[in-house]
Order: sequence, then structure tokens, then C-alpha cells
Amino acid sequence: MISIDWQAFTPWSSLAGGVLIGLAAGMFVLLNGRIAGISGVLGGLLRPSSGDVAWRLAFVGGLVAAPLAWLALGPRPALQIDAGWPALVVAGLLVGLGTRYGAGCTSGHGVCGLSRFSPRSLAATVAFMAAGFATVFVVRHLAGA
Amino acid sequence: MPVVTSFLSGLLFGFGLIVSGMANPAKIIGFLDLSGRWDPSLALVMAGAVAVGVCAFFVAGRRTRSLLGAQMQLPAARRIDARLVGGGLVFGVGWGIAGFCPGPGLVALGMGEAKAAAFVAAMLVGMWGFEWIEKRRRQAAIPAPQSLEDYA
Repeated sequence: MISIDWQAFTPWSSLAGGVLIGLAAGMFVLLNGRIAGISGVLGGLLRPSSGDVAWRLAFVGGLVAAPLAWLALGPRPALQIDAGWPALVVAGLLVGLGTRYGAGCTSGHGVCGLSRFSPRSLAATVAFMAAGFATVFVVRHLAGA
Repeated sequence: MPVVTSFLSGLLFGFGLIVSGMANPAKIIGFLDLSGRWDPSLALVMAGAVAVGVCAFFVAGRRTRSLLGAQMQLPAARRIDARLVGGGLVFGVGWGIAGFCPGPGLVALGMGEAKAAAFVAAMLVGMWGFEWIEKRRRQAAIPAPQSLEDYA
């Protein structure tokens, strides 16, 4: 039986943030004609071709600049990283390899792909969600971390 | 112009991750931990994003060029294969370990978190590893010509 953590649950801000993410992805495809898939945008920088680098750097720059712009206006967002250093390195390697082989991440498959009703993106989303649930179960409840 | 709109899209995407709470790994883990006390927030982020996304992609799908005149580049691949699902599974394991996926990792990096920098650096190594492996595989699959006569 699942019990909901009502104290942690932020329905309205999460919904509003989701709408902003949808607007960002929508704006990007309507103006630039491209999928706002962050692993794809970033990964493409490691296979540089002429005329294909500047917009990728700009998109990644926007993401990195977002908290800086945010801090000028609002409070520092909560950020709690429980994973230790070695775990973060292993996780980063897996996320890097997995998103490139799987041709997308939470943004490309999860947001854009599902918005396009792509069965391929649905399959990828089910795969990474299932693996995420299983991994947290193992790490938190079996390994006792 | 495409560079400016690209930057603004990334910026807005980053704001969305901050407002939604998804830049915080503890919140992602709270969603992925079904057997503890579950935080369903991520589901609402997806609902909000997809609700807007459906409208935008409906319009985009009927166009061959973007509003700025760029070629519309929507994915054509439809195949669901081991590579797609396997990649998704590997990504999901990493996501579950750290609570970071690529976007939130970059946003947390912008907040000056050293741990986020370590994650992003390792992620880039993983992406580079993909390029390296795939390049080797391409070279193995297409042997170099023995002589110039192969081109004749």
C-alpha cells in the first residue's frame, strides 16, 4: 500500500513548473524546429559539426544560467543531494551512456515524446521509470543506505 | 536568432525545473521511492508539461518549417528495440542512484554545487564513451578499403 507524503507533495508548484517546462519545449520546437531533449542537445556537442554547435551551447547555457537568474529574484531553491561522491560518479556514467543509447532522457522521451504520442518514447519512459523505481527500492530498502 | 531563442528556451526550461522542485534530487528520489512515503510531485510536473506539449507538438507536426524558418526536425525513428529499452534501463538505474537526470544536473551545476559538477562531468564521460564505442563499432563493421581499386 502506497502512503503519500503530504508534507513533501507540492502539487501546485510542480504543476506550474511542469507548464513552464512544456512552454519551453513548445517554444523550442515552434521557433527552432527541434526537440528539447537535453541529453541529445548535450550529447551532440561531443560529435560537433559546423553550424550545429552554437545553438546547443546556448540551450545548455540557458539551463545553467537559470538558477543564477533565479537567485537574483527569488530565494535559493532547495537542493539536497544524498548520494555520495562515488555514487554520483557511477550515476553520471550510467546516465550519460544510457541516455545516448536510449536516444533520450526525461525531457526528450518523457516530455516531448509523450506529447507527440510516440510509442517509442513511451517504451523508453516506461523502461527508465521502472529502472528508477527498482533502483531506489534496492538502494534505500535492501542495501539499507 | 536561433541561438537567442535556444538560450531562452533553455532558460525557461531551467526555471520550470526550479519551480517544479525537480532540480532537487531529494524530490526525485521521493517520487521514485514507492515503498516509503511517496511524493507524487513528479507526476504533476509531467502532466503539466505534456498538457502544454501536446498543443505545441500538434502545431509543430503540421509544419515543415519552424516560425523562424528552420527545418522542422522531429524524430523519424519508430523502432522499439533492445538498444532503446536497454539504454532506458541503464539511464533509469543512474537516475535512481543520484536523483539526477541531465537537465536537473545542469541546473544544479549552475547553483554552484560541487556534487552536481561531479555528476555532470561523469555524465559527459558516459556520453563520450557512447561516441567512442559507436565509432569503433562503425569502423569494425565497415572495413577500410584494401586499395584504391575498391573505389573503381
